[in-house]
Amino acid sequence: MQIEKATVKTHEVVGGDYRELVLNAPRTAGSAVPGQFVHLRVPRLDGSVLRRPFSIYRARDGVISILYKTVGRGTEAMVAIGGGDTLDLIGPLGNGFPAELAGETPLLVAGGYGVAPLSFLASVMDVRGTIFIGGASARDILCVGDFESMGWTVRITTDDGSVGEQGLVTLALDRWLAEHPEAKPVLYACGPDGMLHAVGQRAVAAEHTAWLSMDKHMGCGVGACLACVQRIRGEDGSESWKRVCRDGPVFDAATVVWE
Amino acid sequence: MSKHVQPPSLVTTLAGIAMDNPVMVASGTFGYGPEYADLVDLNRLGAIVVKGICLEAWNGNNIPRMIEVRGGLINAIGLQGPGVDGFVETYMPFLRQFDTPVIVNIWGRDEAEYEEVAARFDDVDGIAGLELNISCPNVKEGGIAFGTDLTMASDLIGRVRKRTSLPLIPKLAPNVPQVGLFARAAEEAGADAISLINTLPAMVIDIETRRPVLANRVGGLSGPAIHPVAVKQVWEAAQAVSIPVIGMGGIETAADAIEFMIAGASAVAVGTANFTDPTTVVRVIDGMADYLVRHDMATVGELVGSICE
Ligand SMILES: Cc1cc2nc3c(=O)[nH]c(=O)nc-3n(C[C@H](O)[C@H](O)[C@H](O)COP(=O)(O)OP(=O)(O)OC[C@H]3O[C@@H](n4cnc5c(N)ncnc54)[C@H](O)[C@@H]3O)c2cc1C
Ligand SMILES: Cc1cc2nc3c(=O)[nH]c(=O)nc-3n(C[C@H](O)[C@H](O)[C@H](O)COP(=O)(O)O)c2cc1C
Ligand code: FES
Repeated sequence: MQIEKATVKTHEVVGGDYRELVLNAPRTAGSAVPGQFVHLRVPRLDGSVLRRPFSIYRARDGVISILYKTVGRGTEAMVAIGGGDTLDLIGPLGNGFPAELAGETPLLVAGGYGVAPLSFLASVMDVRGTIFIGGASARDILCVGDFESMGWTVRITTDDGSVGEQGLVTLALDRWLAEHPEAKPVLYACGPDGMLHAVGQRAVAAEHTAWLSMDKHMGCGVGACLACVQRIRGEDGSESWKRVCRDGPVFDAATVVWE
Repeated sequence: MSKHVQPPSLVTTLAGIAMDNPVMVASGTFGYGPEYADLVDLNRLGAIVVKGICLEAWNGNNIPRMIEVRGGLINAIGLQGPGVDGFVETYMPFLRQFDTPVIVNIWGRDEAEYEEVAARFDDVDGIAGLELNISCPNVKEGGIAFGTDLTMASDLIGRVRKRTSLPLIPKLAPNVPQVGLFARAAEEAGADAISLINTLPAMVIDIETRRPVLANRVGGLSGPAIHPVAVKQVWEAAQAVSIPVIGMGGIETAADAIEFMIAGASAVAVGTANFTDPTTVVRVIDGMADYLVRHDMATVGELVGSICE
């Protein structure tokens, strides 16, 4: 991890409320692994004391990019980031996904901007699998082309049925699991808490490994403030808080204690 | 042209603790040291004050524990920590590698626990002093209950004083009508220095759900919003005592820190700004040295309490 002053390469709308911000950040790009994030200081955000965390979407040739959705004061202020800006970021942070597979089939499950780290993950895997992308409507379904061009199978679900199948992402996942009773999948999920919980429960019940990337509001981003904690069950069965920013954001679903 | 050809000296001795400069990090905003070690040269800090420690490992509050507001943030971490033994085993070997003095922030749920925790650190190698947190708004027992009652504060400091030979630095609550009385009570009870301010009790309500945003409902406000409040409380406390005062609350720049020193603080601590910009402490140290050159001061001590009234 380091503090890096990153210059803006491009900043474009990718659909709906989502934008891709591409930054020259050679030191972060040089060591980032899928599932890690950067903690970004939003420029010109008056009276703000906290950075905002974003998953690394791509990291290659000295360049990183993030894919973000405008949801509040910070992300709305990010819309004004332009070509001349130098951004202050800390990265890469967090543990990242264990990407090594021993013959298992990777199943990725994404909600909203959760596709960002999973696209990066797919790009480093030497096997192809299936990605399940869910969202409220067509506008929330991103990066389909990324996965298709890498040879992955894409299954889309939307709440309103405006694209793909109507329903929750777990509907498509459940069907896949039922149709492949002999398969040995490893699941990787990133998205809203409810989705992570549902994916985690299924994986634990079926004794499949599942890696969940948790989204918790952060302060420091480096493990110092204890704002971002998640209840985790240890090997001895005891429960304790782990820091999503430092011990995570990726946790084994079997260890996550849900509220 | 400056009269002084030597660079100005920032060396500060406070409560018997020798520091290269008077800029420390505030408890709870810098973890136990290793968290920021990749980003900040720990040897440059005046002192490291670690997150609050009680006797046994403590879980703290439920989440959400933190929310940003205009000009700061409200936290209700609830003093999660590894306990005395957990801290000493896990973090002291790391901290001993640095020349920087380590000050342990301690708390208890009752007087006996405060005393016990203080006593336990007497035999631990590498600890420069104890900051006694009697002003945390985020725990039901202990904390602020002691810091807002003059008799309780005085009694607690006196009892802890008898159990430790380390420099003892009570950390005062800001939300009292006459902070000078608490400062003097601390001095009379045997404190070697005092620090202030801790966070101010605060709350945010989500108007859509009409629920408090923090799981603990209330928390403590920190950051630039509290800086003028802190300057006033430090100024008042410094006039009431002859022991040194450590000023903190909303420091983001060297100017913010210098203001505390002019008000009477012998040292300062950077808190929330570590989250905003981990290089803040180093910027403040360098900026303070520049200021001394510009104002023709040979030592940082000349700044302390130099307010013109
Ligand atoms: C590891 C990680 C990776 C992430 N990756 C991405 C990504 O790739 N793309 C992306 O778009 N987003 C990502 N996020 C989420 C992103 O950080 C947030 O959307 C962003 O910080 C929101 O900032 P804001 O100022 O716009 O919104 P805010 O105004 O801060 O808040 C947005 C919403 O969250 C609520 N909220 C604010 N603080 C709290 C709190 N303490 N507890 C509970 N609710 C709260 C608000 O009420 C509001 O509804 C990631 C988060 C984490 C932890
Ligand atoms: C996240 C967080 C955790 C804190 N934890 C402690 C603590 O454990 N003990 C303590 O005495 N003060 C604690 N504080 C208070 C700070 O040490 C400091 O007094 C206060 O934040 C004011 O300074 P600032 O405005 O520079 O942050 C904490 C503050 C924050 C923001
Ligand atoms: S954000 Fe501070 S510990 Fe995770």
